[in-house]
Amino acid sequence: MNKSKKCSISIGPIHPALKEPIQIEVLVEGERVKDASFSLGHVHRGIEWMGLRRNPIQIIYLAERVCGICNISHPLAFCIAVENAANIRVPERAEYLRTIYAELERIHSHLLFLGVAAHELGFDSILHYIWLIREKVLDVIEYLTGNRITKAVLMIGGVRRDISKKQIPKIKEMLAYYKKAYEKLCEILLDDPTIKLRTRDIGVLSKEEALKLCAVGPTARASGVKKDTRQDFPYAAYADLDVEAITPDVLLGEIRGDVFDRIIVRLLEIKQSLELIEKCIKELPEGPTLYEPVLQKLLVDLKKVDNEGIALVEAPRGELIHYLRMQNSETLFAWKIRAPTYANMHTIVPMLKDSELADVPIIVASIDPCLSCANRAVLADKEAIIAQEKIHELCVKKTLKIKERLKRWEHV
Amino acid sequence: MFNILHVAAHSIFIITLALLLSLLFNGLERKLIARMQARIGPPIIQPFLDIKKLFIKENIVPANSIKWLFNAMPLVALASALLLFLYMPFAGMPPLLQAHGDLILVLYLFIIPPLALAIGAFASASPYASIGAQREIVLMMSYEFVLSVVVIAFAWLLSFSHAGAYAFSFDTLTAYPIWNLVDGIGKLGVALLLVSALAVFPAKVAKLPADISEAKTEIAEGVLVEYSGRNLALLLMAQAVQALAFASLIVALFFPWNISAFLALPSIFALIADFIFFLVKTFAIMFASLILVSAATARLKVDQAARIYIYYVFLLALFGLAFIGLDRLLVM
Repeated sequence: MNKSKKCSISIGPIHPALKEPIQIEVLVEGERVKDASFSLGHVHRGIEWMGLRRNPIQIIYLAERVCGICNISHPLAFCIAVENAANIRVPERAEYLRTIYAELERIHSHLLFLGVAAHELGFDSILHYIWLIREKVLDVIEYLTGNRITKAVLMIGGVRRDISKKQIPKIKEMLAYYKKAYEKLCEILLDDPTIKLRTRDIGVLSKEEALKLCAVGPTARASGVKKDTRQDFPYAAYADLDVEAITPDVLLGEIRGDVFDRIIVRLLEIKQSLELIEKCIKELPEGPTLYEPVLQKLLVDLKKVDNEGIALVEAPRGELIHYLRMQNSETLFAWKIRAPTYANMHTIVPMLKDSELADVPIIVASIDPCLSCANRAVLADKEAIIAQEKIHELCVKKTLKIKERLKRWEHV
Repeated sequence: MFNILHVAAHSIFIITLALLLSLLFNGLERKLIARMQARIGPPIIQPFLDIKKLFIKENIVPANSIKWLFNAMPLVALASALLLFLYMPFAGMPPLLQAHGDLILVLYLFIIPPLALAIGAFASASPYASIGAQREIVLMMSYEFVLSVVVIAFAWLLSFSHAGAYAFSFDTLTAYPIWNLVDGIGKLGVALLLVSALAVFPAKVAKLPADISEAKTEIAEGVLVEYSGRNLALLLMAQAVQALAFASLIVALFFPWNISAFLALPSIFALIADFIFFLVKTFAIMFASLILVSAATARLKVDQAARIYIYYVFLLALFGLAFIGLDRLLVM
């Protein structure tokens, strides 16, 4: 074989390693990656555009469906943005409850990531073990909110469901369970030689690169950037809780910015979340949970707002921004989401350079990409960008076509 | 004439039995790994169902491929894997074609299925498959060293202790179990050889941590990526058969005893007892070096795996050889 022959391999949009629609093109020479690029936009649902045709309370439902995993972070960011625009003061108890829900979500999301990372390494035993212990937090979420995933607990000006005194023991039991599980996880992830072989010094992102590419969340923290929205711009009850950005040197004593560090940061954040929940339960103040229980009245109030709102939320993957503009109308004038993956995606290019082909999946997975959040426009040809209206039109056409076909089948 | 017919009928029987057993072991392996991962796992007959379904499915041949090569290689892989059982002691019986082949032939036959798989992958013209095939070849070159050291050690020892016997024939190996020929430090040497042979097992049958040529999450099943339908069924069978064959090779080399030798049993019961004992032995080998290992490791990269085989496992085997040599020196 000609040794200098370079060959382009595309990973995704459909690939067993990455279940999400992203295309990564790597230029390989043998097994070594010489260059890498990625393209987004393989799924686009026009959520922001749909949102502009609904009133703010209906949008909460939509915001929850931006991403299946961050289904607290998105509506939370949206609610905070509306509250900022309309100068709504959220009751203190509701702020604490929001914090609890958000931290529960972080635990489940990080456990999900650890399992996925193990799967990318081919270590399916750990995948199954971690996802087994992840069931516990999902059970507790279901117990508190009535649903495992889309929880529908947030409302503009508070939360829709209170946590009663009777429910506290179950949460405490979960905390105890995870404290034990955390020890076990540490043992598995820190001591296993094959995991170290596959993740140490792989996909290194230097602190300078992380700052230059505006990385957010655990990806930035693993490279030593002490950056956490909960610490820098506290929202909900975080200002009371003394959150500190976690970097891997807490546990390992050094920062290398590799895949292993990104795994360890998430592991440490699980522990941090457990402590935050514990604190929240202890300091949970009494009082109402909603600013305005009568939703009709709330809507009328919101109609009078002429202001813009912006919210920063630390989603499990990093800083999430919702911007919106309200202009004396039932619907919003503008709504823009900047998901954390959108900021993090660019970091994979320096990480992938000079890695090996076998490392590509774990490197890409190590930023925990969530593309349902990040996709903003769809590219049909290389040039033509299809805008939301066009997508809507195409969707209607397709639905009609399917209806037509179904009718024909019915006759048969 | 009668003899040829007899041999043909016997070999068909052996091949069918080997095929069924290897698929059954494959099912057991999947079930056990699932239980270790706290899953329920597929039913034990799942490999049979898979193969049955694959035979019904469409056989897609990529447009850019070299079609005859692409289609021929699965057959070659399965045929050579099955042929192995005619030259190796199987189910407690001596090899059927003992007079026509020996340990060297068996080792060469073992090389054919991975090689056929790699050639078929190259012929498919898929970049994923080509990378998988390159990995397969690199891995093969690294572990074959180890096996040759093991075989050389056996032949060397036998040529010392039983100068008249043909050292490479399975008859000799069965007649003089290696553990009886050495003592003390030599036994340690044989144990090291056993460990290194077991370490080769996962790479030989593309299981974790050495399923590098397939690597589902990296190159989408690599060498198998373009295979479907009948061809895929043949390749999966070839892999299962190879696993059983390698386990029986280790049994034949290191644990050649038959249980009937220790119990006074009528001949028919002796046959059954030997068969069951053989199953237990091969499954124990598979359990130790495939099931436990693949449930407890991550996938290695090809350079890491090659380094481990060329440096560590090879060194282990060499030490085994050296200990055996030392043992001979002490005896003399």
